[in-house]
Amino acid sequence: MTVSSDLDRRFRDAAFALDLVDVGFDVVDSPIGPLFVAASTRGLASISFDSDPEGQLERLARVAGPAILRSPRSVNAARRELDEYFGGRRRIFDLALDLRALPPFTVSVLHQLARVPYGETTTYGALAAAVGRPRAARAVGTVMNRNRIPIVLPCHRVVGASGDLVGYAGGLDRKITLLELEGAL
Amino acid sequence: MMHAVAIPPFEHFYEQHRAEVLRLLRRRLGADRAEDAFQETFLRALKAYRRLEHAEHLRAWVLTIAQNVALDALRRSKPSAELVDTGVEDSRPAYENLADLTDGLPPKERAAVVLRYGYDLSYDQIAAALGSSPDAARQAASTGVRRLRRSASS
Repeated sequence: MTVSSDLDRRFRDAAFALDLVDVGFDVVDSPIGPLFVAASTRGLASISFDSDPEGQLERLARVAGPAILRSPRSVNAARRELDEYFGGRRRIFDLALDLRALPPFTVSVLHQLARVPYGETTTYGALAAAVGRPRAARAVGTVMNRNRIPIVLPCHRVVGASGDLVGYAGGLDRKITLLELEGAL
Repeated sequence: MMHAVAIPPFEHFYEQHRAEVLRLLRRRLGADRAEDAFQETFLRALKAYRRLEHAEHLRAWVLTIAQNVALDALRRSKPSAELVDTGVEDSRPAYENLADLTDGLPPKERAAVVLRYGYDLSYDQIAAALGSSPDAARQAASTGVRRLRRSASS
C-alpha cells in the first residue's frame, strides 16, 4: 500500500501548520546543485551540498530533537532568499540562524564571518584577528571547513593571505561560482 | 539525555511505517476515511514523539495509535449519524482539551473548533491541517460553535 504523494504532502503540511516539527527540511534547487536545507523553530540550521539527508538528520536529531520531518513549507523563507541571492536580487540574508551546540570560538568566528560584505573577500588571518585570536588562522580555517550554513554564512568569501582561494568544503568550483556571482572575481 | 537506542529522526520513522499504517486503516475504515485517519495517526505520533523515552517497539506503538484512531472514527460515525454532514472526509485531530465538549460535532467542525479555541491556531493554520481554505475553516469553526450553543441550551 503506497501512500499517495497528495496524502503525504497533506500530512507534512499539517504537521508544519500545527507546529509539531522541530526541524523541517527539504532539497532546494540552485545553480550550484541541489541543496539540503533544514530550519528549526529557531532559524536556519543547515545548508549542505550533499542533498542526501541521511547523515544530516542524525546529526540534527542529536542537536534539536527527533521531531524532524521533510516539510517544504518549513524552508520556504530560506528557499526564497536563496533564490533571490542566486538571481542577483539579494545581497544580505535576513534569516534567523540556529547556531545551537557550537563551541563559543566557532560562534564568534561565524558572527564575524557574517559581517564580511557581499562581493568582498577577507582572509583567515583577518578573521582570526577580528575575534581577538590573531594566531588562530588555522583554527578559523577549520571553522570554515565545518560551517553548517554555507552561502548564508559566507565562508566562500574567505581566502588565503596571498589571495589564493585555498579550498571550500563544497568544492572549489562552487566557491568560484559564488564569488563570480557576487562580482568578487 | 542518553538513550539505549537512539530515537530515529521522525522522517525515518514515518517512512518506515506509513505504508503499513495506511494498509491497516484501509482495512478498518475503507479507502476514503483511511486518508484522514492516516493523517491523524501520524500527527498524534509526531505530537508525542518528542516525549518518547526510548526507541523500542515503535512499530507496535504507531499501529496502536492507528487502531485507536480507527476505533474513534468508527465509534463516532455510528451514534451521531444524523449529525454527520457530507464533509466528513476532513481530518479530526483528537486533542484532549475540548474533546468531550465537542464530541457530538461532525469531524470537520470539531477539528476546526478544537484547533481554533483549544490551540488558538489561525484559520490559515487550521486550513492547512484540514486541507481546506481558510474561509472554509472559519465557516466550520463558527458553524461548530453555533451547534454547540444550540446543544447547550436545549
